[in-house]
Amino acid sequence: MENAWIIPLFPLLSFLFLLLFGRRLKENSAYIGMVLTLASLVYSLVVLFERFNHPTYKAEVTWLTIGDVQLTAGFEVNQLNALMLVIVSLVSFLVHTYSKGYMHGDGRFHIFYAYLGLFTFAMLGLVVSPNLLQTYIFWELVGAGSFLLIGFYFYKEEAKAAAKKAFIMTRIGDVGLLIGMILLFWQVGSFEYDAIFQAVDEGAISAGMITLTAILIFVGAVGKSGQFPLHTWLPDAMEGPTPVSALIHAATMVAAGVYLVAALFPLFAASEAALMTIAIIGAFTAILAASIGLVQKDIKRVLAYSTVSQLGYMMLALGSAGYVAGVFHLMTHAFFKALLFLAAGSVIHAVHTQNIEEMGGLWKKLKLTAPLFLIGTLAISGVPLFSGFFSKDEILISTWVHGNTFLFWLAVIAAFFTAFYMFRLFFMVFTGDARSKQKEVHESPSVMTFPMIVLGILAIVAGYVNTPWFGTFLGDWLVADNEALGHGHIEGPAWIMIVATVVSLLGIYLAWLIYGKKSIQRDWLTVRMPLTYNVLYNKYYIDEFYQLTVVKATKGLTAILSFIETFIVEGLVKLVAGIVHGLGIIGSKIQNGQVQAYGTVAFVGLAVLIVIFALTGGYLK
Amino acid sequence: MSGVPISAYLTLALVLFCIGLYGALTKRNTVIVLISIELMLNAVNINLVAFSKYGMIPSITGQVFALFTIAVAAAEAAVGLAILIALYRNRKTVNIDEMDTMKN
Repeated sequence: MENAWIIPLFPLLSFLFLLLFGRRLKENSAYIGMVLTLASLVYSLVVLFERFNHPTYKAEVTWLTIGDVQLTAGFEVNQLNALMLVIVSLVSFLVHTYSKGYMHGDGRFHIFYAYLGLFTFAMLGLVVSPNLLQTYIFWELVGAGSFLLIGFYFYKEEAKAAAKKAFIMTRIGDVGLLIGMILLFWQVGSFEYDAIFQAVDEGAISAGMITLTAILIFVGAVGKSGQFPLHTWLPDAMEGPTPVSALIHAATMVAAGVYLVAALFPLFAASEAALMTIAIIGAFTAILAASIGLVQKDIKRVLAYSTVSQLGYMMLALGSAGYVAGVFHLMTHAFFKALLFLAAGSVIHAVHTQNIEEMGGLWKKLKLTAPLFLIGTLAISGVPLFSGFFSKDEILISTWVHGNTFLFWLAVIAAFFTAFYMFRLFFMVFTGDARSKQKEVHESPSVMTFPMIVLGILAIVAGYVNTPWFGTFLGDWLVADNEALGHGHIEGPAWIMIVATVVSLLGIYLAWLIYGKKSIQRDWLTVRMPLTYNVLYNKYYIDEFYQLTVVKATKGLTAILSFIETFIVEGLVKLVAGIVHGLGIIGSKIQNGQVQAYGTVAFVGLAVLIVIFALTGGYLK
Repeated sequence: MSGVPISAYLTLALVLFCIGLYGALTKRNTVIVLISIELMLNAVNINLVAFSKYGMIPSITGQVFALFTIAVAAAEAAVGLAILIALYRNRKTVNIDEMDTMKN
């Protein structure tokens, strides 16, 4: 564990190496990336197993000394960090492997792998940071990596716009995080998590200040994790290559916001108002995104909205003091959502379209992808015995026990929506008649199916580390020797589990009626309630609303500022420059190279001096 | 000899110097300018010699200085003319107005 700092450095090495030699290695770059992320993964697993028997390990060195304040840099291996290390390095390794098949033939293959390395480095660095400042640095690096990868197909206008949108919208959240961080530093005098928790514990910070800083930091998490109202960048980010969507926009980076809230949980737990805010935003996001997902037609966008919705679930759990539930769902979601994206990538790879209207009947053609996609779908829908069932159940129980009855029912409805739209997706893609224009459909190469199989197994079994039936190992371990994090397992009424099961099965049944058996007309909603359909299909017009309000206002402000800039500031600058320039012209006119002119000037000057000397009396005075 | 007062020498030197200065500053032919500079140097020589004879503390130093000046002036004239000839070969002119490569 003492050498855990080396884990993030493997992908960094991969990044630097591929940056230097990638052009020569071409598609062999994949092996460099795979080997180095595998090293990270192996070492992360070692660290995780060591952490089971050892206490938290933390190492720091002084980075800067400013007056009395010492800023440190270092790493920490606590339960959450060790778990995140494994999740991130595992998904990253699998995506590295998968991309070898998916990105085959791309002209910028090695650059893709270099970017993946950079992103993995940033994400691993983020999860081992022991203080807010370091977290913030990696937080921004992660954003930069995401920007590069979304805009990987930079020759597509949409990809360019999506990359910019993602960067700018997360920046809006980051401003909140930065302000919160500075306020905390002002109050506590340290960026250290431990120092902050201690100050919170001792009551050194006023209650109002705790709420304020907690909410400001949550704003950062809202940006990164795609929570309402900053969620609109995440679906657009699907313009990036599909493996990137799996790695960044499903499993790891978007979970960074949840991770941040979890890492700072004692701070949030100290303020009921902050928890309430998180819970409300989370629940609202969950149901909003789920309802949009009901009618989308792009396979990746449906998955993107389900990601937003599931992240909302995690936030709801954390906001309901369900630390374990949130982190548990983060883990299971990372597995099954990465699986779903990789499987979706495999489908796209086979039929060369993302529109689910043009798919169908792929069950027999994609013999491996289809069952794996089904596993992911069952897991995310919360069907019993799959991982998503256990984590979602934990979240619902936490919400109920915390007393957020209204939010609880919202979450139940969102679970119904989730089951419905995920199976709508499944039935439309894999059953029915083939609507694809592509005649020849082939299963993906084994380099792509292998990661999906690994994730498929995890999507089934990952839930069993924390179940009400066989023991809550994960929960007990996560909260061990830290009372601020709450209980390892929250006892809830048994009917919640039944409700969750019934709701998800109902969603699946309805989806089957409409898209499988077709006993209900597909255009039922479109015809009966065109208004609702349009609102949902256009994502509640949130993008248009932002376009009309925020973007317009910003552009107006920009116009005013650029007017001031061009005519007032630049005018002043030009005036000063003009004066100096004029003086220069006069000066250079005098310097005409005529030696006689110089002589005349010197002589006249001497004469003038002498005259002055004579008139004033000079030294004699 | 003793009938000539020092002011006469000094006036002569002044007149000579002014003529030289005028010539140096106004003539366009570089050779004339060089000659004018010689005039100015000689005006100084007259002053030196005059002061060595009629100064507050008469001494031979002034005359020694005058000899030095004559020697240096000769050397200067040689170098000056050599430069002038080199310039003339390159530029085909002795017009001082056109020798302005140090402009700006």
